[in-house]
Amino acid sequence: MKDKHTAGRLVLEKVSHSYGDISVLNDLTLVVNPGEIVVLVGPSGCGKTTILNLLSGHIEPVYGIIQREGIIRTVYQHDSLFPWLTVSENISIGLRLIEDEARRRKELNELVALVHLGDFRNHYPHQLSGGMRQRVELARVLAGESDILLMDEPFSSLDYQARLRMRRELIRLLEKRPRTVVFVTHDIEEAAQLADRVLVLSNRPATICRELHISALQPRDLTDSEVIEAMKEIFKELGLQAHDNIDTV
Amino acid sequence: MIKPATSGSPEKSVQMVSTSMRKENNVLRFLLPVIVVLSLLLIWFSISYLNLFPAYALPSPGSVLKSFRQELLAARLINDVIASLWRVAVGFVLSAVLGIPAGLWLGQHFYARQAFVPLLNFFRFLSPLAWIPFAILWFHIGDKPAVFLIFMATFFPLVLATMSAVATIPSIYFRVAHDYNYKGTELLTKVTFPAVLPQVITALRVSYGIAWVVIVAAEMVGCQDGLGYGIWEARNGLRLDAAVCYMIVIGLMGMGIDRLLAQLTKLPNVRWGYER
Repeated sequence: MKDKHTAGRLVLEKVSHSYGDISVLNDLTLVVNPGEIVVLVGPSGCGKTTILNLLSGHIEPVYGIIQREGIIRTVYQHDSLFPWLTVSENISIGLRLIEDEARRRKELNELVALVHLGDFRNHYPHQLSGGMRQRVELARVLAGESDILLMDEPFSSLDYQARLRMRRELIRLLEKRPRTVVFVTHDIEEAAQLADRVLVLSNRPATICRELHISALQPRDLTDSEVIEAMKEIFKELGLQAHDNIDTV
Repeated sequence: MIKPATSGSPEKSVQMVSTSMRKENNVLRFLLPVIVVLSLLLIWFSISYLNLFPAYALPSPGSVLKSFRQELLAARLINDVIASLWRVAVGFVLSAVLGIPAGLWLGQHFYARQAFVPLLNFFRFLSPLAWIPFAILWFHIGDKPAVFLIFMATFFPLVLATMSAVATIPSIYFRVAHDYNYKGTELLTKVTFPAVLPQVITALRVSYGIAWVVIVAAEMVGCQDGLGYGIWEARNGLRLDAAVCYMIVIGLMGMGIDRLLAQLTKLPNVRWGYER
């Protein structure tokens, strides 16, 4: 069973946000509890990334209150590793606040081993596969004293098999280093496989139109009945069932 | 007819084929330019031999070779090479030391960019040779006017290239830098500068090319030695054989130093900028 002792907690209270005349979020309230994996799914352009930007503090809401308890790290959609640094040096960025050199080195060795990149520690990002690069990103955000991970479609640029492996990898890493996670994806299968709670968002301006709790133990198989059931519910909520009348989509 | 491989695994034969192709490519890479240069020499030799042009208008390869020997024995060529190299080095280093930080600063400050870019563009389009009268008036004869002209020729393109490179840094790097608390000088030296380094190296190579072209003109009017002055002296003495000898040295040295600068692109922490 996962040890969920972590300080990270996030609260959005009656948050609304807009870009000029375009209202993106409308009166959204959301509490993410310590150690929880919350996955946001919703139609393209509904404001999922805006929610992450608000949570990270990158943008401020027009209305509402945001509370952040813990150190936040973000895994971005596109390559955000520094290409001029090696794998070790990129991971070390996450450790830069640790002053004790010996502790920093020990932690770095642990992280490199944790993401199975021992043989590639002196390689540069452009010398790695997409999956390896994402593993380095995970190691970087898990380094040091972080409490909360914000993940913006982190596996979307990978092929299907690599995505499956990375989901398993993420769960394994979170077992070792528990964090509160807010994960944005358009992949319903990914949401059902990873989440403790899935929030289905409506079209813009986004509101939470469905909340699904998934209690199946991790790591989950795609064929687990609870995963399949959750996927069906999300498909239904998004109006994507195979037998739906196309005119109503 | 294609014969099937008789021994070894298919992987091995594919590897052998690719190795032999690579060897063939390397041979061609060396041979092709040699063939072109030899052909040019042959044409030049034939024109001289057949007296298609008078010797005073187009010196023969033999006379150029003789002039080479004379210039080397008199140590004039070596002195001129050292003088030119020194002036280019001082002007170019001054330009890089001031131009790259200025470009980094402008790239990060929107209003400064708005204020200075028109002026920088104005000076960029001004031929460095237009500064010759001022160079001589302000710095008289010697190293200084040549250094000044090289500085004026290379500073503005270098500032603008660095500034543009900063503007193209993906914003994601700055977001990551913000997440991990990089600020001020640390942000500049650990994120901004390494992110533009491949483009800065390319800009340095281009600027160096400009500097090497300008030094010839600068030394023709503002100096008493140097490769440009050597050509000017040869022209005054109607010694086009010596002028060609200096021209060959200028071309070869330009290529050689560019090869040295190109080595910078092989540094492991900038390779990412050249591999697509």
